[in-house]
Amino acid sequence: MKSVIPREVETLWTLFTAPVVWAVHFLVCYVGFAVYCAKALSLHLSFDAVRIGLGVFTLLALAMIVLSAYLAWRQWGYGTGDPPHDAPTRQDRKHFQGFATLLLSGLSFIAVLYMAIPMIFIAECQR
Amino acid sequence: MSIELGNFTAEERAAQEERLRKVWGTPKGLRYWTSVNNSEIGLWYACTAFAFMLFAGGLGLLMRLQLVVPNNNFLSADFFNQAFTLHGTVMMFLFAVPIFEAIAIFLLPSMLGARELPFPRLSAFGYWSFLLGGVFVCGSIFFNAAPNAGWFMYPPLATDEKYSGIGADIWLLGLSFIEVASIAAAVEIIVGIMKCRAPGMRINLMPMFAWYLLIVAGMILFAFPPLIAGDLLFEMERMFDWPFFDVARGGDPLLWQHLFWIFGHPEVYIIFLPAIALMAMIVPTFSQRPIVGYSWIVLAAVGTGFLSFGLWVHHMFATGLPQISLAFFSAASEAVVIPTGVQIFVFVATMLAGRVIFSVPMLFGTGGLIIFVIGGLTGVMVALVPFDWQAHDTYFVVAHLHYVLIGGMLFPVVAGIYYYFPFVTGKKLSDAWGKAAFWLMFTGFNIAFFPMHLSGLRGMPRRVFTYPQDIGWDWFNLISTVGAFVFAAGVATFVIDILRPKPAPSEPNLNPWNSGTLEWTNNPAEDWGMRSVPIISSRYPLWDQPNLQADIEAGRFYLPDAKSGRRETLVTSVLDATPIQCLRVGGTSYVTIVAALALGGVFIALTFKWWIATIICSIITFAAIVTWLWRGTAQIPEAPETDVGLGLKLPIYVSGPASVGWWAMFITMVGDGTAFASLIFGYFFYWTVHDDFTAAAQGPGVVWPITALVLFVAAWGLTLLARQLNEKGPNGARIALVAAIIVTLAACGAGLAGPYLYAMDPTAHVYPATVWIVAIWAVVHGVVGAIMQLYCLARSLAGKMTGEYDQDIRNVALYWHFMAFTAVVTFAVVGLFPLVSA
Repeated sequence: MKSVIPREVETLWTLFTAPVVWAVHFLVCYVGFAVYCAKALSLHLSFDAVRIGLGVFTLLALAMIVLSAYLAWRQWGYGTGDPPHDAPTRQDRKHFQGFATLLLSGLSFIAVLYMAIPMIFIAECQR
Repeated sequence: MSIELGNFTAEERAAQEERLRKVWGTPKGLRYWTSVNNSEIGLWYACTAFAFMLFAGGLGLLMRLQLVVPNNNFLSADFFNQAFTLHGTVMMFLFAVPIFEAIAIFLLPSMLGARELPFPRLSAFGYWSFLLGGVFVCGSIFFNAAPNAGWFMYPPLATDEKYSGIGADIWLLGLSFIEVASIAAAVEIIVGIMKCRAPGMRINLMPMFAWYLLIVAGMILFAFPPLIAGDLLFEMERMFDWPFFDVARGGDPLLWQHLFWIFGHPEVYIIFLPAIALMAMIVPTFSQRPIVGYSWIVLAAVGTGFLSFGLWVHHMFATGLPQISLAFFSAASEAVVIPTGVQIFVFVATMLAGRVIFSVPMLFGTGGLIIFVIGGLTGVMVALVPFDWQAHDTYFVVAHLHYVLIGGMLFPVVAGIYYYFPFVTGKKLSDAWGKAAFWLMFTGFNIAFFPMHLSGLRGMPRRVFTYPQDIGWDWFNLISTVGAFVFAAGVATFVIDILRPKPAPSEPNLNPWNSGTLEWTNNPAEDWGMRSVPIISSRYPLWDQPNLQADIEAGRFYLPDAKSGRRETLVTSVLDATPIQCLRVGGTSYVTIVAALALGGVFIALTFKWWIATIICSIITFAAIVTWLWRGTAQIPEAPETDVGLGLKLPIYVSGPASVGWWAMFITMVGDGTAFASLIFGYFFYWTVHDDFTAAAQGPGVVWPITALVLFVAAWGLTLLARQLNEKGPNGARIALVAAIIVTLAACGAGLAGPYLYAMDPTAHVYPATVWIVAIWAVVHGVVGAIMQLYCLARSLAGKMTGEYDQDIRNVALYWHFMAFTAVVTFAVVGLFPLVSA
């Protein structure tokens, strides 16, 4: 069976995957509610509908971050070596990248959760 | 793989050094100012920024004198307004950001093991732009014409010409000019860090400073362009009465606040991260051990870089946005505490794990961290919406921001200056003077700014020029003023310590602090930077690689010579830093000064609406830039490869994604794209604030915008075709380029035809103004695109662009990818969105 997990790539860009997911999630939530609160009358949507939609989107974002974390964990050699990863070898460079990406995935996961909190507790636009 | 190092006799070495000196030498006499060497540019940049800081600090003292007692009339209300506006503006735009650009330009090549950053002339251009723009903005106060609406220039106050006079124009145009310099520095720094590291310096071995600077330069690309877009709208309103922020004609001042703070909040981190980066170099040295948690610092830098873009609305909590929106920004503001906390804990852990030497740099560093943590804690308070509503626009915020900025930026920068002074001059600053300066600054700062929390909580609003007696603010203000002067005495002590003559050290020591990082191998008496470019195998090469210093000085590594008579540095791969190119960088030149002064002339002439002078200066700028590119870039080398030493031959000319020029174009266009996105954001912003955003006015129609879109896409296709054909021979490419130029110009005409033929009046309402501004943006980019096509045609005809040496056309094709995207979005939005939304 062909694996659905992306194969390993050699690039610096993967470091930014999880924070980019956070940024996209942040923008979608903010813009989503900003447009909704400005245009509620003409949109025929309830606040709860927007909230549920963005809730599902939040779960998707979290899933993406978990995937990024898994790939990072793999790049880190599944945690076989401990930091500081400061040897002048390709292996240590990869492990460093993996570990830093893993840490960033953790931070992004928490930051996305923070974004979800207002959507749980605030039930209307409240201008 | 082991590489045998070079071995040269004393005579050979002397001859090499002679050649290196000749190539890298700084010109003498008046021509000194034409130097583009990173050590000169960095030094001038730092001294200029520091002078601006002292000027703005002086304005701060004047304000404190005015506020020392109630009902004081030492300064007039208007002068006070000019003083606080200029104080904030200068500190942020002319000190905090430029000083880090200065430090980066000065330090990065040595830290990375490069001879020079990839675009030295661009750095020089940035510096001269900065100097001219800065003097223009600062000088205005001597003519009673300084901006006076606060450093964030809120409309409608700042758009009111009767109130703000010419000051707002000086602010907008002077600073736009400096923003250009910042983006130039960002390009230089990113490409430098990614491509110009010493062989072997893989990304897991990069100095912490480089990691931080890489992130910060990336942030500049996304933070400054929204402000440039905002400045454009603002200046169009002031100069031509286009009503972007005028509510009566459908505009909205909140759009300015959004654009300003999308810049303004990341800005705080743009100046904080480089300061922390200095700490990340200083703390390990004085703990005499590697930093604890290198990866965690990377987490902190990258994490802060991203999260800082989700905070801007916390400056707008009191503007009546929906509370759900406020809550998002409150949440993100609390989240950014996590990475910020991580980096502070990393420093504490490093100090605990090592044996700390409490030298002057460490005093300033730790003192700064203490102040910063207090500012961070009040930051957590004002990030909470209900608290912010109470404290908004009071002295509590003034206290908070000074704790953050002075603790998070000024103290670490002073620490950095003490630390790197021997690197610059070969001499140390005095310990005794340094300690005196520290304690005066530290105590003075707290005496000055801590009471502001309390006067703020007692309701004292910021930016008042005086206050009545006996409402509970008198003592706090008196104490603050006393503290401000103690603080100023500390700064004066520091300045005197720098300026006083110092005896040369009895034994020259290149590395007086026993640091581990590469920059300390450089001899400040020589202009070449690295004597030879070493192979790196550690994060702290001076601690871990024996004989490194001696081998570098003996020219045993790469590029020990300058036989070609050109300035050369190594380009290496992004991840593993394997050598891939011998890059020839630009040398001493007048052209950068001419370009910067002429561009400055454009901005200054615009301020005073001297149209003819504007046009003349624009032509000079254009001619200077074309001369610069024509003579200085993409030059066909005398041989495809050159010997860089240690038996390695590398290409001199590469094109496409492997070249530094391609990356510079890519990075510039990312910033440009962000400015464009900000304008499109404006278009949709107006859509959200109005029920009918067109106000029933005539749009540009569908036919002309779609025609423009199709023609721009066709021009893009022709440009790509020209790039393909050029590989086979010049003729096909030339024909394709001629066709591309014609189609591009037609596309530009079609782009303007819609709003023009439908007689859209940009002064009548914000809708026609918005359509015009995005169409003009796309068309101006189209004209630039046509000039680039013409340039390639000329290069091909002159034999400077061939199938093998095709940097020009490849970079232009890259520009056109962005151009096509801009055109498609612009004309699809202005042509089709009114139909969809109706």
